[in-house]
Amino acid sequence: MIDREQVLHIARLARLRLTEAEVERMSEELSGILDHVEAIGELDLEGVEPTSHVVALENVLRPDEPVPSLDRERALAGAPDSAAGSFRVPSPQA
Amino acid sequence: MSDPRLLTVAEGLGEIAAGNLSADEWFAAYADTPDGLGAYLWRPDGGGAGPAAADSGGLAGVPVAIKDIFCIEGLPATAGSRILEGYVPPYTATAVERLLEAGARVLGKTNMDEFAMGSSNENSAYGDVRNPWDLERVPGGSSGGSAAVVAGGLAPCSIGTDTGGSIRQPAALCGVVGMKPTYGSISRSGMIAFASSLDQCGPFTRDVRDAALLLAVLGGRDRRDSTSIGFPEPIALPTREDLNGIRIGVPRELSSDAEGIEPGVKRVFERTVARCEELGAEVAETYLPNARHGISAYYVLAPAEASANLARYDGVRFGLREGADSLDEMYERTRSAGFGPEVKRRIMLGTYALSSGFYDAHYGSAQRVRTLIARDFTAAFDDFDLLITPTSPSVAFELGSRAADPLAMYMSDYCTVPMSLAGIPAISIPAGLAAPDGGGPQLPVGLQITGPAFSESLILDAAHAIEGAIEFDHRPKLPGGSS
Repeated sequence: MIDREQVLHIARLARLRLTEAEVERMSEELSGILDHVEAIGELDLEGVEPTSHVVALENVLRPDEPVPSLDRERALAGAPDSAAGSFRVPSPQA
Repeated sequence: MSDPRLLTVAEGLGEIAAGNLSADEWFAAYADTPDGLGAYLWRPDGGGAGPAAADSGGLAGVPVAIKDIFCIEGLPATAGSRILEGYVPPYTATAVERLLEAGARVLGKTNMDEFAMGSSNENSAYGDVRNPWDLERVPGGSSGGSAAVVAGGLAPCSIGTDTGGSIRQPAALCGVVGMKPTYGSISRSGMIAFASSLDQCGPFTRDVRDAALLLAVLGGRDRRDSTSIGFPEPIALPTREDLNGIRIGVPRELSSDAEGIEPGVKRVFERTVARCEELGAEVAETYLPNARHGISAYYVLAPAEASANLARYDGVRFGLREGADSLDEMYERTRSAGFGPEVKRRIMLGTYALSSGFYDAHYGSAQRVRTLIARDFTAAFDDFDLLITPTSPSVAFELGSRAADPLAMYMSDYCTVPMSLAGIPAISIPAGLAAPDGGGPQLPVGLQITGPAFSESLILDAAHAIEGAIEFDHRPKLPGGSS
């Protein structure tokens, strides 16, 4: 069961602001989904290695030589706000 | 010649080679067809020209539709989300680049569930997509637009992405061929990320041969995606007409015992199993004991990865920004306004699963279940060359019928999620028609064929033989009724 306080805590971690109605619905829906998901808690997973990636990969290396990449102007073209060749944001201290 | 919209990719290439059709005529036949399905989010007629394609190559002159999750330089890319409204990426996805280099021409960007999260296309911020077989029903998802355009006479082929079934399930519901190749075979560069350890690009086509044609072009190692490995052997064009000597397993958990399987789907599947035997395959029942935990593991792992991947939508570098006095407030306002309900739900679920105190119980357990499911497949492939299951437990459902119950919607991927967790290739081909539970129109049922990692050529060959025996009518449902 995910209660109201937990929903608000997770929303803060995820940088989401939920309306009252969303908080209520989220508490109900997340609880339902987690009830189902928690069935795996009953499995004996002792000694089973976790899989984070399915393909056995070797590290991919290349010579450390500079190559052209996205130029500043194009990188900033999609930004909601920019100034002096940088992304501009509201003050983090406000 | 007859209507070029009835041609498969291979047939169209043949007509061009014979001088009976020009690439411009083929393209125009589609570009001039009105989209009555809500399947396209961008088409060249309304919003400027498409990207330049090579004049020659294996797909020279082939019109192709692209899921709106792929970036194409200079064209809008929304991933079905308000948070990317108006975003124009500065580069092109490698998969699309490979199509353009082979001479394919972009017909448009297709509608999808927001950030590929959904099984009905109802989570798009830009409207529902209709199933060409019944306009009151969903096309499946998340690549609903890419499936609907191929089934509805709006494109001969398309590409989409599959994280837990997002190519195979809509292919099944729309009566077309859809393939998710082995994880890592096609570059993910320029493909907007949902769950990076599961996301994979693949083709939608009207028949199996066309799927092979596209796959051969799409696959390959890419220096911009260090998890890409390509195909160890080139993809062969399928030619097989029989299944002599092929051992096919039918995993009980994902067929007769699959959760929510409709009687009509079961009947078509059983008939297809009998066809495989008639074609010479050795067919036997097998077991994937942990497959029934696939949905549980998936709905921890995929939202966890998504919650991290979607942290980038913060109103700083691209997309929507909601103004505010402080940085934190700007983040919260932007994300709350830009994301839809399902995306918020999954970000919340993923953040919870990764949060302190719950990490090992949820995320750690799900990763271990993923290992068990992969081991089940490895054990089954000791005895069988391929496994077959229904692709989706149900035929296309009515718009709105599952939208209020997230868990019921998640169950749509019951038969497709285990292969995604194991990273193995799987194709869905039309197997026949069945009425939904409780009656209704005859709708397509998909057959899923899966094999070990990098067994694409064998899967395609077997699919080709089965396709030939089934004789499903592959012609698209053209707008206006006739096909």
